[in-house]
Amino acid sequence: MFGYLVRRIATSLAILFAVSFAVYAIFALLPFDPAALTCGKNCNNPAIIEANRIRLGYDIPFWQQYIVFLGGLFAGRNFGEGAAAIHCPAPSLGYSFNQHECVTTLIGRALPVTASLAIGAMILWLIVGITLGVVAARFRGRSADTASTIFVLIGTSLPTFLTGLLLLVFVVIKWKIIPFPSGNYTPLLENPFEWAQILFLPWVTLAFASAALYTRFVRNAVIETLSEDFIRTARAKGLSEKVILRKHTLRAALAPIATMAGLDFAGLLGGAILTEKVFNLPGLGRLSLSAVIEYDLPIIVGTTLLSAAIVITMNLIVDVLYALIDPRVRVAS
Amino acid sequence: MSLLEVADLSVQFRTPDGIVKAVDGVSFKVDRGETLAIVGESGSGKTVTNLAIMGLLPNKIANISGSAKLDTGGGSVDLLKIPSSDLRKIRGRDVAMIFQDPMSALHPYYTIGHQIIEAHQVHNQCSEEDSAKRAIELLELVGISDASKRLNAFPHQFSGGMRQRVMIAMALVNNPKVLIADEPTTALDVTVQAQIMKLLADLQKELGMAMILITHDLGVVAGSADRINVMYAGKIVESADVFELFANPQMPYTHGLLASIPRVDRPQLQRLETIPGQPPSLISLPAGCAFAPRCSRKSEVSGSACDLTMPALVEVSTGHSSRCHLVGSVIK
Repeated sequence: MFGYLVRRIATSLAILFAVSFAVYAIFALLPFDPAALTCGKNCNNPAIIEANRIRLGYDIPFWQQYIVFLGGLFAGRNFGEGAAAIHCPAPSLGYSFNQHECVTTLIGRALPVTASLAIGAMILWLIVGITLGVVAARFRGRSADTASTIFVLIGTSLPTFLTGLLLLVFVVIKWKIIPFPSGNYTPLLENPFEWAQILFLPWVTLAFASAALYTRFVRNAVIETLSEDFIRTARAKGLSEKVILRKHTLRAALAPIATMAGLDFAGLLGGAILTEKVFNLPGLGRLSLSAVIEYDLPIIVGTTLLSAAIVITMNLIVDVLYALIDPRVRVAS
Repeated sequence: MSLLEVADLSVQFRTPDGIVKAVDGVSFKVDRGETLAIVGESGSGKTVTNLAIMGLLPNKIANISGSAKLDTGGGSVDLLKIPSSDLRKIRGRDVAMIFQDPMSALHPYYTIGHQIIEAHQVHNQCSEEDSAKRAIELLELVGISDASKRLNAFPHQFSGGMRQRVMIAMALVNNPKVLIADEPTTALDVTVQAQIMKLLADLQKELGMAMILITHDLGVVAGSADRINVMYAGKIVESADVFELFANPQMPYTHGLLASIPRVDRPQLQRLETIPGQPPSLISLPAGCAFAPRCSRKSEVSGSACDLTMPALVEVSTGHSSRCHLVGSVIK
């Protein structure tokens, strides 16, 4: 297991390195002049543009830029010289001249918002999805199963922004149960109650579609597992249906669900753009979206790299988890 | 009474295409220490018969009637009538079952030790250590060396034959009165088949339990069965002592099965006999004898009795009954 982990981490680092180069190359080779973009849309002062080009380090060849970028990741980086220099400490992902802040600082502020949103939503959709899926499978063909099918249809066909808007209209505006989202975010440790109040509707919105999808997957996985020969063996032993469902069926049925949940979670951590936009949450999705609109290249490079790193890490975690759940994977690795 | 007495057992499945009569009026008895073989083609109802006795058929789609009385030592119980919670206490303790495919019958995520211990713990109030001791004892009994270490092995670390041994150990962990073996060697190599059959025969003698051996291979039962029930289209068509059945088959179907066994003492160039045609659909069974469309001796019966009436299971000699209009005239 240890050797396997070391090998997997080494591969992950190699992939991350390749991704960083690819991302940097794509943005460096785009037909935009990042230096020109830094001085505003109607800027036509070549002196300022040239000065910014040197300050941001866009005056050197592309491969040198990449090496400086990598160096900044490990050692931090200065933009400009002398008293006017701006220092972005390691891990530096660059400096955004639109927002006048280091990209790492911006991400550091947005990531907890997205993480809070993603973790809460995932817990919610896993609880609902697994419970409903198991109940539907257990009472297959009966009214509970039909009800879950209706939920699945609604959940998968309602787009996220519509769910979010409907919740806003009814829960916030009509019934006034929760105050209108102000666009401010309260960290969990500062005020847990406010934190939960701000995030509750976004959680529900984000979890709704996934819960429906997971209900369907869990239902099918449980039904499929219940027809396995080893379940018949468990019945022949004289085990109760409760033990058969909880111990013999769920572990086998939920193994693929764990993989799915890990990857979905990684995708969400990159930013839940629609939900963040609808509920005005200052998360990674909103940061990326505004960066794309404003051609803020350092932020785009930074958030893309972060998403890639998260996906690669979650993949690793999922694989280790799978090996813990399924002994056959352990031996093969 | 006998240890297990099955009387007039019928199983019907409701399917979208109609009602499937998988088992139709099957009766048999098994005594302590006896091996009863149930032989027939795929779909003849032999597995369904035993799954019904074990209560392992989905009761949503299966309609079961008849009785299966088991002598538990403290009086007889009808396995088909008792509530499922009571049946669960009998399953795995008094009646155990081993299945056709050992590759899929064991849970892939749990160690074999865990699975055997679990089978013991359901029916016994004892510590896990005691159950582990019992598991080791059983693994040694079925011929798995280094048993205490193997407890921590997972099924995928075993070969097919070894897995079937584990299944047998698991089935025997509670000293069952009846062991139902559903084609226990079908999925295994020929050399391993012989080992497993010998193991089952030895264990049965040692433990004195009754065994119901389900198979489609008459060659497999020749060496180990006491009695044979031949099933066709959900009915028992012939039932006899093993020597009597091989020497003196009364039903043309049994005769065909016997003739289709390859034998080394036959002339090399002689073709192996086959039974032409297919078993009938269990949804629309013919009015007469279900075997009539494939029967080579139909013409010997006067009139069209074979097509019109189902022959009764009649006793030909002591302990030998057959279901054929030709009964009495020995088939050669």
